[in-house]
Amino acid sequence: MSASVATTEGSSLRILGVSKDFPAPDNPLARVLALNAVSLSLAAGELVSIVGPSGCGKSTLLRVIAGLDSPNSGELWIGDEPISGPNAERGLVFQDPNLFPWLTVRRNIQAGLVARGVLQEKRHEVDEFMRLVGLAAFANAFPHHLSGGMAQRVALARALINHPKVLLLDEPLGALDAFTRMRMQDEVLRLWQARRTTMLLVTHDIDEAIYMSDRIVIMTPSPGRIDQTIVVALDRPRQRSSPEFLRLRADILEQLHFAGNAIRDRSPGVGDSSSGENQKPPQDAKPEEPDLAPQYTESRTVRSPAPPSEPLDAQVAIIGRDPAGSSLGG
Amino acid sequence: MNTSVQQTHEPVQMSEEKVARAGSIGSPAASRARARTLLAIPVAASVALAVHLGVSKNQPLPETHSYSVFLGIILGSAGVAAVAQSFWSHLRRWMRHMCPIIAAAVWLLCFWEVITSGLRLLPLPYFPSPAAVVQSLIDDRRMLFDSTCNSLILLLSGYLLGLAVALVTGVSIGWFNQARYWGMPLLKVVGPIPATAWIPLAMVLSPAPRFSAVGIIALAVWFPVTMLTASGISNTRASYLDVARTLGGGRTYLIFRVAIPGAMPSIFIGLFMGLGAAFLTLVVAETVGVKSGLGWYVAWAQGWAEYGKVYAALVIMAAFFSTIMTLLFKVRDRVLVWQKGVIKW
Ligand SMILES: Nc1ncnc2c1ncn2[C@@H]1O[C@H](COP(=O)(O)OP(=O)(O)OP(=O)(O)O)[C@@H](O)[C@H]1O
Ligand SMILES: [Mg+2]
Repeated sequence: MSASVATTEGSSLRILGVSKDFPAPDNPLARVLALNAVSLSLAAGELVSIVGPSGCGKSTLLRVIAGLDSPNSGELWIGDEPISGPNAERGLVFQDPNLFPWLTVRRNIQAGLVARGVLQEKRHEVDEFMRLVGLAAFANAFPHHLSGGMAQRVALARALINHPKVLLLDEPLGALDAFTRMRMQDEVLRLWQARRTTMLLVTHDIDEAIYMSDRIVIMTPSPGRIDQTIVVALDRPRQRSSPEFLRLRADILEQLHFAGNAIRDRSPGVGDSSSGENQKPPQDAKPEEPDLAPQYTESRTVRSPAPPSEPLDAQVAIIGRDPAGSSLGG
Repeated sequence: MNTSVQQTHEPVQMSEEKVARAGSIGSPAASRARARTLLAIPVAASVALAVHLGVSKNQPLPETHSYSVFLGIILGSAGVAAVAQSFWSHLRRWMRHMCPIIAAAVWLLCFWEVITSGLRLLPLPYFPSPAAVVQSLIDDRRMLFDSTCNSLILLLSGYLLGLAVALVTGVSIGWFNQARYWGMPLLKVVGPIPATAWIPLAMVLSPAPRFSAVGIIALAVWFPVTMLTASGISNTRASYLDVARTLGGGRTYLIFRVAIPGAMPSIFIGLFMGLGAAFLTLVVAETVGVKSGLGWYVAWAQGWAEYGKVYAALVIMAAFFSTIMTLLFKVRDRVLVWQKGVIKW
């Protein structure tokens, strides 16, 4: 995975104890803590997913990294430089496509080139990116003629055309149908592998997180913080229906307390028998668990308290391939 | 390959022909409606001509003659168009749309003639017959043309000057907090004063009445355009600005490529309001200060109690102003194509 470091376009990203609060909606004097001492570090070319319930500060974290919001405390580093303000080196694909309605698809995609004043030199890339997201036929259409999925693809192309060192993706594929989404996942992975852009992907889709990422960060709300980090030690390209994949999936669902119902529904007969069964259902659901379990349980950091710098270090030590992360403790 | 293309084409053509034939001959209701559209103008013009010849036996000859020719031209062109539309589908669509309204206008002329020179229901010097108005248009065409040109120059220079200043002030007030703090109170206090109220002051301040008129028209345009530009700019969606920032856009990009395009719908509302204010101010300024233009012409003709000329000037004014309005609509349609389908067009 980390073999092709030579062609890395990405930079490492370090987030150190970042906190961010907002005025509370009901009380002007109180503050809501959207991010509470969040620490996370991504090696150059790493792809990390963030999952977590609505309102746990995922979008806020991405906005802070993008430089659109400034944190109340904490430090953010990209490579050796501190982050101050937005910059084309950190691309952000928003939760909504937010296409400029007054520009055609083509002009939306080339907006980044215009903004940086490099349209003349890079014009040829516009067609390339339009083909990449499959919208060459819609080059001259205006955004409101596009479906939600098409619009999100344009937004993706618009962010990619700047060749960002770090690409922040806020549920970019959430609006797509299942088939387009899987195709786009492969496209994003292909781009990531070709350029080794550092990517931080917010998603609500566990399958997507497992399929795509090197690590999965689970966040919890009020106050928003990192609960735990799961290393996905599966070989690429990954098989969506391989036993390892499904087992990891079940495990993550269990961590998120969603596993109980799903597994009980699947096993016939024992459905309503006893409520105590919810506690440990995987044993009868997956008899072959023991021999494969060490593969991922070993490399997982479990339940970290609020400032998670120590467990992160421990986890980095286990993987032993995260130079940016190892400097975190020192 | 060629043959296959032809094979696929033939049935389509046949069916289209069938549909066309079915539309013209097949359904009697449709063909009756079409005939009604085509006949509307000729019928109205013939009746108007007959009424005119009937009521105007005791009118002066040139007046009668010009108006008869005028109605004859309408009748003739309606006939020519009725024939031409069977070959030219674009014209056919236009006629289906326009025939009823033109016919209604001719009926109105006819009604006007009946109540003026026909039944003499309206006091005479103030309400001339349409024939007299047409005659004034023809007799005084040189002067009307010059007046129109003068009005056009005055209007355009005032409008463009006001527009240019308003865009600068509007964008500044909408974007920069300092400009908003100092500019907004000025705008709120000075803006609502009708521009025409400045005329006495302007005539004292400026050496030439033309300059003061341009300034007053510019002022009339400046207020609504500034107001709506500023509000459009300050209502730019924050998420568009965020996107532009993460794409590497600097302040110039944010203002000129995000805020201004986003504010365009609002700016155009200001432009339309400003144009209305400019018309009003133009006519008042011409009547009071400048000794030329259509506004002045109306006042002058009224002074001589030549009401035929007053109406003639009003007709020209209507055509002149509505043409400019239509042009502005056309510009808007071009600039705001992207809104097609978003708002009711
Ligand atoms: N601009 C803001 N002003 C006030 N409060 C805010 C603002 N932005 C976010 N918040 C608050 O911060 C918290 C985190 O919001 P955020 O948008 O980051 O959640 P999220 O994890 O992205 O949720 P979702 O999955 O629904 O997108 C929420 O409680 C929200 O109300
Ligand atoms: Mg969000």
